[in-house]
Amino acid sequence: MATVKHIIHGVFGDEVPMLEACKKLRSSGIRVKDVYSPMPIHGIDGIIGVPRTRIAITAFIYGLTGCGLATLMMWYMMISDWPNDIGGKPNWAYYFNIPAFIPITFESTVFCAAHGMALTYLLRCWLIPGTKAKNPDPRTTDDKFLVLLEVGDAQAAKAQDIFREAGAEEVNHKGSYEVQPKYVIEESH
Amino acid sequence: MHAESEIRIPLILGNKSYRNITDDIIAPIEGKAKRGWYTLIIICAICWLWGIGALAYTIGVGIGAWGSSNNVDWAWDITNFVWWIGIGHAGTLISAVLLLFRQKWRMAINRSAEAMTIFAVLCAAIFVLLHTGRPWLDYMLFPLPNQFGSLWPNFNSPLLWDVFAVSTYATVSIVFWHIGLIPDFAMIRDRVIKPWQKKFYGLLSFGWGGSARHWSRFEEVSLVLAGLSTPLVFSVHSIVSFDFATSVVPGWHTTIFPPYFVSGAVFSGFAMVLTLMLVVRKIYGLEHYVTIKHIEYMNIVIIVTGSIVGVAYLTELFVAWYSGVEWEQYAFLNRATGPLAWSYWIMMGCNVFSPQLFWVKKWRTSITFTFVISIVINIGMWFERFVIIVPTLCRTFLPSTWGTYTPSFIDVGIFVGTIGMFGTFFLLFSRYFPVIAQAELKTILKSSGEAQKKEAAHHH
Repeated sequence: MATVKHIIHGVFGDEVPMLEACKKLRSSGIRVKDVYSPMPIHGIDGIIGVPRTRIAITAFIYGLTGCGLATLMMWYMMISDWPNDIGGKPNWAYYFNIPAFIPITFESTVFCAAHGMALTYLLRCWLIPGTKAKNPDPRTTDDKFLVLLEVGDAQAAKAQDIFREAGAEEVNHKGSYEVQPKYVIEESH
Repeated sequence: MHAESEIRIPLILGNKSYRNITDDIIAPIEGKAKRGWYTLIIICAICWLWGIGALAYTIGVGIGAWGSSNNVDWAWDITNFVWWIGIGHAGTLISAVLLLFRQKWRMAINRSAEAMTIFAVLCAAIFVLLHTGRPWLDYMLFPLPNQFGSLWPNFNSPLLWDVFAVSTYATVSIVFWHIGLIPDFAMIRDRVIKPWQKKFYGLLSFGWGGSARHWSRFEEVSLVLAGLSTPLVFSVHSIVSFDFATSVVPGWHTTIFPPYFVSGAVFSGFAMVLTLMLVVRKIYGLEHYVTIKHIEYMNIVIIVTGSIVGVAYLTELFVAWYSGVEWEQYAFLNRATGPLAWSYWIMMGCNVFSPQLFWVKKWRTSITFTFVISIVINIGMWFERFVIIVPTLCRTFLPSTWGTYTPSFIDVGIFVGTIGMFGTFFLLFSRYFPVIAQAELKTILKSSGEAQKKEAAHHH
């Protein structure tokens, strides 16, 4: 049997009552789908249950990759493929020349870490030129804070009350959709 | 929410709301440009045209068109390169180092300082790419497989380190800048009405929506990029100084160069930020965001870095004497008393003496005085690079190679051209891009806004 989900927007003019509403929603067991705001709000992650991002770890991995690639490149070009004797300082082994290789190893580490992380960020958030704006209401980039809920019949009424109590400027029911159950247990014959 | 001490001077003046910030930042984009803007951009574009002509002439006939000679083989080209790259450093310092130190006053100036960085690095790139003599072969600077063996670039050379450092710096700065711009472009996209503007800012905003998950990643990415850019900015100017310091030229072969160059870069960069911001805040009426307090903070950075630069100049002199190396001693004697001594004393006056005037509170909080001194420092820092390069090369080891130096019309043209290009880009930026990081600024409105602070004090 299909269940109905209601899309509800709670629009606030300030972050303090909005956070209050989110806290109440969570304590009544209502899941906050997302919050759209004009600026980052500190402390919201814990309240609405956004897990800590792991994007910094990817930067570390990209950095290590860059470091490795630069080492490999310089070893190949300077030591293995065409060793030169520059100013009486021959390139016989990588470790002899390490001091001279440090700057480029560092630059390459930073290059890969920064660009790799930035690309991962853009792809993970799907920030691609030409894609449609992801905020459901254009005022959220200006001065409005929007709490987005997608909840069932029972929770919808309760959520709207919580929004009004906390001081929402608008509570909009933006429509509903049906969710078909993923698995149907058929009766045995 | 973060509370701030009452005695701290507010960073956003006036009775501002989130909406007011949006309105103030979008005003230049929605409104018509003032006549001053048109006048300035026409002047800059004409200078740029002269530069393009001089550039084309140089590519056509070779760098013999410059004043450089056999002994003075680096002159205005590298002077201008180091000057521009140094100017760029303040942008990264403001957006990255001050972010790590959680200095909130950076938010009013970081966007335009970063824009300045990117345009300055573009100007710097013109000189390094051109000074190779055959700029169409500049791809050889990169380790690309080729038909000469393959013959690889020399990874032991600071000149090659510079290629990697400057290209990393330029690209990372652009990425850092654009990631910060995305939410602000989204704000503009959601506000403008004209179809071409909606399309233009829609493309630039990458579909940003400002969801909590995206903000959380945004903040982490900004922090890590700041952490990466901080050592990067120090490495870039250190490596620029290695171009000189690893040579055996007396007057260049000194270990003080990296810290001396980095502090000089920050010094000149802050001066340029001041020059630009004082104009921008006037043209666009941003007095409530770029306040006297902001100007004072920047002037304090100028006192600190200017003093470091002054100490470095004196240390150089002392070490030259103390080393007992005659060539080293003569290099400095020649700078201070030789045929180009006037440039040395301009440098000393502008960089060592003038920033010390900011110890007087009345002067460092005066807009006119700050503007004048900022230009004096810009000039002084250009002369610093000139003094390091030209008088030194005029008189090296062999007196029979000694000579003088005069820049050619083409030298002047390319330099003025880069100033024109920089100005044109900056004016376009200030007209079509959000000049203040408004999303970031909104995060400190509650704690550092004038009206909000007063109200909080009232409640206690």
